[in-house]
Amino acid sequence: MEELNALFQGFSVALTPFNVGLMLLGVTLGVIIGVLPGLGGANGVAILLPLTFTMPPTSAIIMLSSIYWGALFGGAITSILFNIPGEPWSVATTFDGYPMAQQGRAGEAMTGAFTSSFVGALVAVSLFTFIAPLIASFALQFGPPEFFSVYLLTFSSFVGTGKGNPFKIIASMMVGFALAAVGIDIVTGQLRLTFGFTELLSGFNFLVAVIGLFGIGEILLSMEEGLSFSGHGAGINPRIVLQTWAKLPRYWATSIRSCIIGVWMGIIPGGATPASFLSYGVARKMSRDGAKFGSGQLEGVVAPETAAHAAGTSALLPMIMLGIPGSPTAAVLLGGLLIWGLQPGPLLFVEQKDFVWGLIASMYLGNIAGLIVVMTAVPLFAAILRIPFPIIAPVIVVISAIGAYTVKNNILDVWMMVVFGVIGYVFKKLGYPLAPMVLALVLGDAAESSFRQSMLISQGDLRVFFSNWLVGGITGLSLFMLLWPQISAGLARLRTPAPAPR
Amino acid sequence: MKQPPTDHAAARTVVVELVVAVITFSFGALVVYGSAQLGASWGADGPQSGYFPFYIGLLICISSAGIFVPALLKLKSDRSVFVTTGQLKRVMVILLPTTAYAVGVQWIGIYVSSAVFVALFMKFLGKYSWLRSVVVGSTVSISAFVLFELWFKIPLPKGPFERMIGY
Repeated sequence: MEELNALFQGFSVALTPFNVGLMLLGVTLGVIIGVLPGLGGANGVAILLPLTFTMPPTSAIIMLSSIYWGALFGGAITSILFNIPGEPWSVATTFDGYPMAQQGRAGEAMTGAFTSSFVGALVAVSLFTFIAPLIASFALQFGPPEFFSVYLLTFSSFVGTGKGNPFKIIASMMVGFALAAVGIDIVTGQLRLTFGFTELLSGFNFLVAVIGLFGIGEILLSMEEGLSFSGHGAGINPRIVLQTWAKLPRYWATSIRSCIIGVWMGIIPGGATPASFLSYGVARKMSRDGAKFGSGQLEGVVAPETAAHAAGTSALLPMIMLGIPGSPTAAVLLGGLLIWGLQPGPLLFVEQKDFVWGLIASMYLGNIAGLIVVMTAVPLFAAILRIPFPIIAPVIVVISAIGAYTVKNNILDVWMMVVFGVIGYVFKKLGYPLAPMVLALVLGDAAESSFRQSMLISQGDLRVFFSNWLVGGITGLSLFMLLWPQISAGLARLRTPAPAPR
Repeated sequence: MKQPPTDHAAARTVVVELVVAVITFSFGALVVYGSAQLGASWGADGPQSGYFPFYIGLLICISSAGIFVPALLKLKSDRSVFVTTGQLKRVMVILLPTTAYAVGVQWIGIYVSSAVFVALFMKFLGKYSWLRSVVVGSTVSISAFVLFELWFKIPLPKGPFERMIGY
């Protein structure tokens, strides 16, 4: 099999001592990021991105994706021990994880969480290995209309799968597109929407936006809640691990369901967070012990963790194959690829074989490294959480400021970060989703140029997006997703009879 | 959540909702205006520069209106609280020093401001001793200096103090 050969080639790229060292460093940093409130996968990777500018791209992506795996693992630690989700995708893990810790079963909960994260990731990566080349060769035939329809699908999915007010999803997304448009128009070279401010010449940088929206915004939210940590002891010893592993095969059905949910939600940009909730909900409905969920069921930890990790992993698939990230963190990694001079998309598979297969191999190895690091060092990471907030909060602000500055060596970006922090705080409190804004900010230029190229091909005729079965199918699906809130509301109304007049 | 008795509403959710909708609407209008100025139609060689952002701005305006109108309708009825005075105070306790820190980065460089920022925050919010606060603050700055300036050779903003010691 050609893929397997390429994969082994990839392992030989990833398994140099330097890269393995970066992997361990990345995972450790990632877990710390995942444990600390205010630092998450997306802004953590954004802050550390400038450190990788001088590395070879393969090593750089190995380190950054390892940070991402670490953050995915780390979120579970705080959820279980402290009932504080370190990451949004581990909120569902608190439902059963924290009760387990209260009953003194923290070790069991964490072993369950880490192992099922690992399983979720492994399933997603194996699918990745075999599906990715197929998608890539398929996508090589895409023209501008096809690409635009895929972008459309990406953004419509936010509306279709998002909970909450669709207007807020669209507003947040469009603000991202508008900010992306600021600066030099890539097609005509004209200055756009700078209104005479030379500082806006190069536009808004999405890394700065990510650091502000997720980092500073999160610190403001944590401050408001007046965080005080009170946690449970964390003991993982080999006996507990083995006992838990003996129990886990019982939940194979939940595991498979969660993998499917996770992979699916990761590829369409639902992301890890909704995947974990959906998977928890489905597991509660389908499980024999469903009624006991919330009182400390191991199965209630397995379901969201498997799905979150599977989604987090498969979110990288459309990023590498099509240049369309499935989550904010994948978007930041995409930004990294562009900075290293690699154009994500189907051609990457042809032109940068070493890079792509090195990345895929590092996904396997990074998750193994992650599992080892978290299993052995939980007490250490839990100790980080006991550092009082008055020390952690300003340190995170300092780290974020350094991260924002190093993106372009521009002091203005430190200000931008503060402004985006306030926007993030207000938007989050009002229920505007932040992920669509970040993705729009990243993809704005690409989406626009594919739209304009399509318009050029068709001389302004919108029917180009229905000109063949492929593009028509994707466009149709996007419109369906876009209108899904209305459709589902209509269906619900049909199903429940109208209330009797009072 | 239990609130202390002195803690009352600083702003209602509906009001903030309306204000934000007005801001996003104005932003959208600005984008529409800017795009129209650039030319938002079909030029000699295809779509003009303002073609795409024009519709983006329009969509911002439409969705802002879609948020504004329902919020206006429940302006009287919805009493839910966006932020209490106590919460707002806690947010300001970090937001204002962060803003001051950003000013500091611009004037005296990132290393000195970071040390001062961390130390003052610990001293006045965490009620730590001066010694501990200063030690932690300087440690943060010195490790950042070693990591960025010496190891990764990434220059960060510097001020008079760094020039004095020869950087």
